[in-house]
Amino acid sequence: MSWDRNQMAARAAQELQDGWYVNLGIGIPTLVSNYIPAGIEVTLQSENGMLGMGPFPFEGEEDADLINAGKQTITELPQTAYFDSAQSFAMIRGGKIAMAILGAMEVAENGDLANWMIPGKLVKGMGGAMDLVAGVGRVVVVMDHTSKHGESKVLKACTLPLTGKAVVDRIITNLGVLDVVPGGLRIVECAEGVTEAELRAATEATLVD
Amino acid sequence: MKKIYPDARTALDGLLFDGMTIAAGGFGLCGIPELLIAAIRDAGTKDLTIASNNAGVDGFGLGVLLATKQVKKMISSYVGENAEFMRQYLSGELELEFNPQGTLAERLRAGGAGIPGFYTKTGVGTVIAEGKDVKVFNGQEYILETGIVTDISIVKAWKADPSGNLVFRKTARNFNPPAATAGKVCIAEVEEIVPLGSLDPDTIHLPGIYVHRLIKGDHEKRIEQRTVRKREV
Repeated sequence: MSWDRNQMAARAAQELQDGWYVNLGIGIPTLVSNYIPAGIEVTLQSENGMLGMGPFPFEGEEDADLINAGKQTITELPQTAYFDSAQSFAMIRGGKIAMAILGAMEVAENGDLANWMIPGKLVKGMGGAMDLVAGVGRVVVVMDHTSKHGESKVLKACTLPLTGKAVVDRIITNLGVLDVVPGGLRIVECAEGVTEAELRAATEATLVD
Repeated sequence: MKKIYPDARTALDGLLFDGMTIAAGGFGLCGIPELLIAAIRDAGTKDLTIASNNAGVDGFGLGVLLATKQVKKMISSYVGENAEFMRQYLSGELELEFNPQGTLAERLRAGGAGIPGFYTKTGVGTVIAEGKDVKVFNGQEYILETGIVTDISIVKAWKADPSGNLVFRKTARNFNPPAATAGKVCIAEVEEIVPLGSLDPDTIHLPGIYVHRLIKGDHEKRIEQRTVRKREV
């Protein structure tokens, strides 16, 4: 047993704190908005130029001028503000965004993150990921612990081109939660039905107590 | 001083030349200057270097200039939606300079603001930092990025008045203001030109000083990812 996509998103939502401005990446991180705990108010930033991102529109109410960073049609909220891309990244680079939750291809024990490129295979670009991990207060990665072939994605050192160096604070995977600490990673918790031995076996990175 | 032109072709008259640089607004297909892109395609101008966050999709947006092989180089942060782009890039026909999205936005803003370079933490320790000057401020490393100034910029806004003051709509603003300022000549296409005095001066997003030529046109405004939710009964 391990967490599925929605359970990972629900666990990541526990990281949110009242009053925070947060940026959610594409994929599982987007699902985090479905699990914001009751009594906690967070404002979602979309780096294409919006604070206060609302849910998908009702059918027939889609607006070509209103999309998120994943190019999906969305809606606005009463507190929504729009701005241009330079302003958007000024607030990211300026440390005004409390946390970014984003996906990854690989994470290393020193907090290195790789999530934008596989040389020779996948050349799409980093989008805003490099700016986000360099600028926001806290970086939480949500991803599968191992690849389709069963190889650990939680490594001693990343093999793919980096998105950021020593930028990750916490890793949430289908197997559990790990923190980046001096000397390696520390297990915070295991996913429901996952033993610590299983989590350790699936982790290449150095684990410290 | 008359900024309003009858159409995209005449608005670009005398400005286009092979090997030129262009800053283009838009994010994905949202807020792109689709009419000016079509006019550049029709003009056949070649060897273009285009600074734009994305490269459109096959057959729309900047994708139409890739299809006609008018583009020599793209400066972009994300090009994942365009198969023809990928093909030309992987076969070496097209140059690509990846910029982190915020770095690209700031390079355009800086270029337009007369700032030749700035230091940023974005990209430190990655391939983006290779060959760039590194400086330490308060114990942290930063890399030097340069401002971008282009021969022209092409942008899309919602409304304009005859003096070139622009108002954008929702997330279609995106890269348009920084791209507009980066061009030596900026051409804007809008959905509506309203009479002088009818825009509230307090709500103008981009002052007309940055906008040299203006056209009104009909926009397709294609949606890239149509996502909806069900109405609860």
